[in-house]
Amino acid sequence: MEILTILIPVSLFLGGIGLLAFLWAMKSKQFDDPDGDAERILTKDWDDRPKP
Amino acid sequence: MTVVGDFGRVPGLAPGLAPVSAPVSACPACAVVPAAERIAAMRAERDGRIMLSLPLAHCAACISTVEGALQRVDGVRSARVNLTLKRVSVEAAPDVTAAALIAVLAAEGQEAHELDPGLLSATETDRQGRDLLMRLGVAFFSMMNVMLLSVAVWSGAEAATRDLFHWISAAIALPTVIFAGQPFFKSAWASLRAGRLGMDVPISLALILATSISIFETWMAGHQAYFDAAVMLCFFLLAGRYLDHRTRAIARSAAEELAALEVPRALVLVDGAEVETAISAVVPGDLVLVRPGARMPVDGVVIRGASEVDRSLLTGETLPVRAGTGTVVSAGEVNLTGPLTLRVTAAGKDSSLHRMADLVAVAEGAKTRYTSLADRAAKLYSPLVHILSFSAFGYWMWATGGDLRHAINISAAVLIITCPCALGLAVPAVITSASGKLFRKGLLIKHGTALERLAEVDTVIFDKTGTLTLGVPELAALDQPDAAIAVAAALAAGSSHPLARALADGATAAGIVPAAVSDIREAPGHGVEGLWQGGRVRLGRADWCGAESMAATATYLALDGATHAFAFSDRPRPGAAEAVGALKAAGMRIELLSGDSEAPVRDLAARLGISDWRAGVLPAEKAARVTALTAEGRKVLMVGDGLNDTAALAAAHVSISPATALDAARVASDIVLLGQDMSPIADAVRIGRQSARRMVENFVISGGYNVVAVPLALAGAATPLAAALAMSLSSITVSLNAMRLK
Repeated sequence: MEILTILIPVSLFLGGIGLLAFLWAMKSKQFDDPDGDAERILTKDWDDRPKP
Repeated sequence: MTVVGDFGRVPGLAPGLAPVSAPVSACPACAVVPAAERIAAMRAERDGRIMLSLPLAHCAACISTVEGALQRVDGVRSARVNLTLKRVSVEAAPDVTAAALIAVLAAEGQEAHELDPGLLSATETDRQGRDLLMRLGVAFFSMMNVMLLSVAVWSGAEAATRDLFHWISAAIALPTVIFAGQPFFKSAWASLRAGRLGMDVPISLALILATSISIFETWMAGHQAYFDAAVMLCFFLLAGRYLDHRTRAIARSAAEELAALEVPRALVLVDGAEVETAISAVVPGDLVLVRPGARMPVDGVVIRGASEVDRSLLTGETLPVRAGTGTVVSAGEVNLTGPLTLRVTAAGKDSSLHRMADLVAVAEGAKTRYTSLADRAAKLYSPLVHILSFSAFGYWMWATGGDLRHAINISAAVLIITCPCALGLAVPAVITSASGKLFRKGLLIKHGTALERLAEVDTVIFDKTGTLTLGVPELAALDQPDAAIAVAAALAAGSSHPLARALADGATAAGIVPAAVSDIREAPGHGVEGLWQGGRVRLGRADWCGAESMAATATYLALDGATHAFAFSDRPRPGAAEAVGALKAAGMRIELLSGDSEAPVRDLAARLGISDWRAGVLPAEKAARVTALTAEGRKVLMVGDGLNDTAALAAAHVSISPATALDAARVASDIVLLGQDMSPIADAVRIGRQSARRMVENFVISGGYNVVAVPLALAGAATPLAAALAMSLSSITVSLNAMRLK
């Protein structure tokens, strides 16, 4: 059962990363325009160089 | 009447009841600021951000086209399309105007309309929604982790392992409940302070009791802890809250967009120069220029110019009224033929349109008196839960001879099991599903309980002009000699008056080639005249052409000393006949109340098969009719668009108005019809009935789970596993049932 002392913190840590990623995505307004983002990935406008 | 179809989106429209951002000057006499300074101030108001609505944008290419085209305009700093909201927001230098950008987009094949950013700012940062979403995310994270730990406990973890798992669960669940439960705690506290027992009181009690009893049990190395139940409760209820919030946010933002489309501006004459000004900055005594085709932005008296005005949105009459020097006009009327200069008598909040605010306030009051299904369920449910839980506590205290720990454990289990996860989802899930369906059909549900109220409707009252008809005239019959029609068509082509356009269209459709008429000149307020084969010909009002006036809407042609009359009828809205037919088939009583004169109302009623109609009805009579029907115990659905319908829309049980309606009418109504087609109204009634049935079913389903689980809990046989199962199963069944809507 000693393995639990490693496994539980590891699973909590991984879950925590997921939570932080979600919070970051929300803070940076990534849920404001879901339709637009789905379409934007298909545009070729900024394929050669990044958007200024 | 002309307006509704095409002119609905003309800038310079009346501001209606939208909140005005800048206050109207307190004393008119204070407006003695030098003119130049005032012009500068007026212009300064309009720089910065421009918002355009893009109703046709739908794909990746549209985004690139719009953003690319706008970036190339001089002075534009940035342009960003939001495809979900179908909007583009542009940061630009002050000299870039919305009209210029709209022209640029039109060249790219994109239709664009200006939006008033002041009205939209609230939706931009939808903080409340984001806040709920964050709490939902946190609750989900903890639910999953606590659930994993609980599975180990349920499958038989013992002694030290079980205690360790309980401690870890406590460490995750306690902060989660404190953070994610805040919306419930706050609203429970608010309702307790108001002396009521809302749905949130038992929810908060269950959250607090479950968490604290579990911590106590963990401390005492007990066998059962309800951390998973507490966190799951949070998650499911927040999901219901979030759905509810999102439905309302979508409806609100679409309604705001409708209001924001009508950027309230007026052309003020300052020292002879025309200055485009926000309505809020116009003061009584100003001179305002109203171009043909535009709506009167203010109340005023005509001091220069001659024209005809269309009052149909205010009174329901289809016949345009002549306006000349001295005519009193009100905000919301449409100027048809010639430019008019008005001296403002009342603007902004004092104008006749804004006085409708009182009526709307009355309407909102009446609407809040309706107790929704959810409220009725909560009223039944919360006392029951408290009684059950406390009697379980009392009984077990007595039965075990004062074992406090056992009694509290059982009463917590009762609270958790009865707790309304499913009840919290029962209504929002159905409303989300139904309003999504109706939105795709072109109906915008503005009010949360509108669907339930729609389900109860048994009488439908329609307005005529602009509601059952488009407000666009069409030529009734071409029963004149071809030569006369050819001359009339040629004259009509020289005018933008709605009757003239309908005449020209009618002649073209009949395959008649316009005659060669020269020197065509429009006499504003009278008609058009010209030279044909050396003689003077006139097309216009009866008295101007020397003709006998007919009862119906008509225009007259004076030709070679004789006169010819062309009668017009109002074109019915597409789908109006289908909607009326379907409503009749559904067993509704249908009435038509119009402010228009008798002949056109009778014609339309006969065409649509409505036997119960009345013409020449005053606005107050419409409202009185609705009230009388309500007093008879009938539930009235009012469908109307004009200012004359506003009181009736407000008094009705539920109301629908087309998107082209005056915004006073739209504010007063619960549902807005976005497209031109009327047939979705029948669908709305059907879906409304269906969703009310689904809500009741959902209450029955969640009640069913309680009937099975509560006796177990009361008997002290409920385990945390049973609680978790009952909770998640009932929530999932309820959500699935909501999605069955067709």
